[in-house]
Amino acid sequence: MDRRNSIKTLVAGGIAGGLLINGCKPAAGPVDTDAASVGETEMYGRTPEEKKRDRELMKEPFFNAHEMATLTVLCDLIIPADDVSGSASDAEVPAFIDFIMKDQPGYQNTMRGGLMWLDHQTLALHDKAFVDCSEGQQTALLDKLAYPEEVEPAYQSGVRFFNTVRNLTATGFFTSKMGVITDLGYIGNVPTFWDGVPQEVLDKHNLAYDEDRMAMYVTVEEREKQAEWDENGNIKRS
Amino acid sequence: MSFQIIEQPTVYDVVIVGSGAGGGMAAKILAEGGLKVALLEAGPNFDPKNPEQQTQLKWPWMSPRRGAGTTRAFGDFDMAYGGWDIDGEPYTRKNGTQFDWFRSRMLGGRTNHWGRISLRFGPYDFKRRSMDGLGDDWPISYDDVKPFYDRLDKMVGVFGSKEGMYNEPDGFFLPPPKPRLHEMFIQRGAAKVNVPVIPARLSILTRRINQDRGVCFYCRQCSRSCMVYGDFSSSSVLVKPALDTGNVDLYVNAMAREVITDTDGKAKAISYVNKEDLREYQVRGKTIILAASACESARLLLNSVSSRHPNGLANNSGVVGKYLHDSTGASRMGLHPEMLDRQRYNEDGVGGMHVYTPWWLDNKKLDFPRGYHIEYWGGMGMPGYGFGFGLESLNGLVPNAQGQSQSAGGYGKDFKADLRRFYGATFGMSGRGECIAREDNYCEIDPNTVDKFGIPVLRFHYTWSDHERKQAKHMHDTFEEIITQAGGILLGEKPGPESDYGLEAPGRIIHEVGTVRMGNDPQKSALNSYNQAHDVSNLFVMDGGPFVSQADKNPTWTIMALAMRASEYLMNEMKKQNI
Repeated sequence: MDRRNSIKTLVAGGIAGGLLINGCKPAAGPVDTDAASVGETEMYGRTPEEKKRDRELMKEPFFNAHEMATLTVLCDLIIPADDVSGSASDAEVPAFIDFIMKDQPGYQNTMRGGLMWLDHQTLALHDKAFVDCSEGQQTALLDKLAYPEEVEPAYQSGVRFFNTVRNLTATGFFTSKMGVITDLGYIGNVPTFWDGVPQEVLDKHNLAYDEDRMAMYVTVEEREKQAEWDENGNIKRS
Repeated sequence: MSFQIIEQPTVYDVVIVGSGAGGGMAAKILAEGGLKVALLEAGPNFDPKNPEQQTQLKWPWMSPRRGAGTTRAFGDFDMAYGGWDIDGEPYTRKNGTQFDWFRSRMLGGRTNHWGRISLRFGPYDFKRRSMDGLGDDWPISYDDVKPFYDRLDKMVGVFGSKEGMYNEPDGFFLPPPKPRLHEMFIQRGAAKVNVPVIPARLSILTRRINQDRGVCFYCRQCSRSCMVYGDFSSSSVLVKPALDTGNVDLYVNAMAREVITDTDGKAKAISYVNKEDLREYQVRGKTIILAASACESARLLLNSVSSRHPNGLANNSGVVGKYLHDSTGASRMGLHPEMLDRQRYNEDGVGGMHVYTPWWLDNKKLDFPRGYHIEYWGGMGMPGYGFGFGLESLNGLVPNAQGQSQSAGGYGKDFKADLRRFYGATFGMSGRGECIAREDNYCEIDPNTVDKFGIPVLRFHYTWSDHERKQAKHMHDTFEEIITQAGGILLGEKPGPESDYGLEAPGRIIHEVGTVRMGNDPQKSALNSYNQAHDVSNLFVMDGGPFVSQADKNPTWTIMALAMRASEYLMNEMKKQNI
């Protein structure tokens, strides 16, 4: 029996029948099959209630086909492919936004209404839905929405929607694998040792670690050595 | 199935309600001392090593909401099952006042996600009334608690630096990590306005302290609870070794309802609802320890009404529920132009700040009575839900990459490049200050509301006073000085009197204490100086409830030191047959 298996876990329900569970539960349980049904997402430490909620939300999409097509065009105008990484739709941002509509219903009116507002604008101007407009016609409209400090009063009602869709597109993209790794170049979320800011970065900013404190900081060599102190609380250093 | 109360045949030496910092410590000390312990926890079992529960080292895209806080207050990956709102477990508020009550229902409670900021109270912190005439002195002094802080440091582990500051006592520290880039800018700026910035004191293992726990591997995710037990969580650091003694029976999903007393008025058992079958059970003990959190323990006592204890148990003084106080909190953020377009490197570090500012001024020279410490944040952390929100409030503040002024907002390739460019360029700080404990800040039983288990719920009454408002104003003045002197551009507006100078709502800092306070006078306190009820000798409270005043320190380290002290006293009293 390993250390974990020796732990006596009494589930409250077990007491009723006088049943004492000498928990020989394996430390590493099999991947819950429920998790597999949560779309393409992986297991991320959900409680049973949270899994159930995720499954419910995954059942039906929020946006209809036309709304989804409009949203996809819009997301890709906000985050297009460039020489660093792909576009918002390459990173499946529209599907993420669809999920958020169900997860946080407070967004629904702003987003659904905003997509209709876009079509209303382009129908009036060009007699076409937003998706059917040329890219030039689409960006001409976005130019009127995308700079909140310079918006004409007639377009104010579209600004909140555009801020919202821009926020969700940015967050959807930069929390995708493409956004985090390929584009942003985030280096982390791995076991490592922190030994301070790289010297060339310190030099660039004209910063230096305080000489007086350098001896105090943890070093990679000693991290596995069991800590011992003298009676005054001074840790013994190697 | 008959609906009668089901009594456990075993009579334990001790029944503990709650498995957080205080309950975990009590379980460990008592079980290692050979006592037979029943440990009740309202939530499920939890082990950060369990792959089904683990969130550490997960990526944002593994969550369909990218970690948003829809079901967990601090986001999908945060390790607190619960939050300020729990389905079926309401609380109410009185006279239009606000108090938000954070609960975590799981083995280890809130210690699984907390900030690991582990500050000792200093000599002044136990004797504030003697210094400024406000609140009350503790019945104990720093010297009474120091030996337990010392043992706690070695048992649990805390990194820090010896600074020799009188009211920020040094301990047995592990070596601290070097500051991050934004922390160095902050240090430089703060030095210009004589604000000290010293290594943080966090209960994270930068060195090995025993063979049962691993060493920090610098993923910045202590809020997710550590799979190698490299940080302090009660579940992995206290409850686990307690269970290993074989002396502890753990009851999970056991929602305590009240303390049952016998005809002599002594505590006899805990009545609880088993969440799995929704039936009522009783578990008996020679001694009862409440460690369910300051407010939950007060709720249990106030709900334990009998002919002998008409005001609730241990409440002859009438103070139970009163003197509730949470830390004050206010924050400000800045943008550092020198940190635009940063070179990428792994800047995760430990799960929290590497440096902080302890209280550095003399309140006698200020217009508010108690101090605050400052916590710092920033850096190139892992993106999560909310990343990129509100770029329109940032990218108009500085010239673009070509050195030209640009309009705030935008879309397309420039917008995308800006998100890359601004990554890691913002930083911020939060003040956490001491609030004066007052009789008229309290929780009580709401006679009209029960939770889904039929247990009467708490009703809160809480207001800030000018002491706290003036302190928050001072925080904001300091934040502006530090951000500006560090070379940053202030973001957002400085809050004024119309918003209480940006004070967070009471309960938001999750340091609530004081509801079952200790004291020498049984007329004015519920517990004696060993956390033992004045009115009921075999009843103890070992969470934040016993605090007389909270200091500008996070309460966890003191909860644990006092729980260790009280548990050893309890064992001695049992040996002497005084209990």
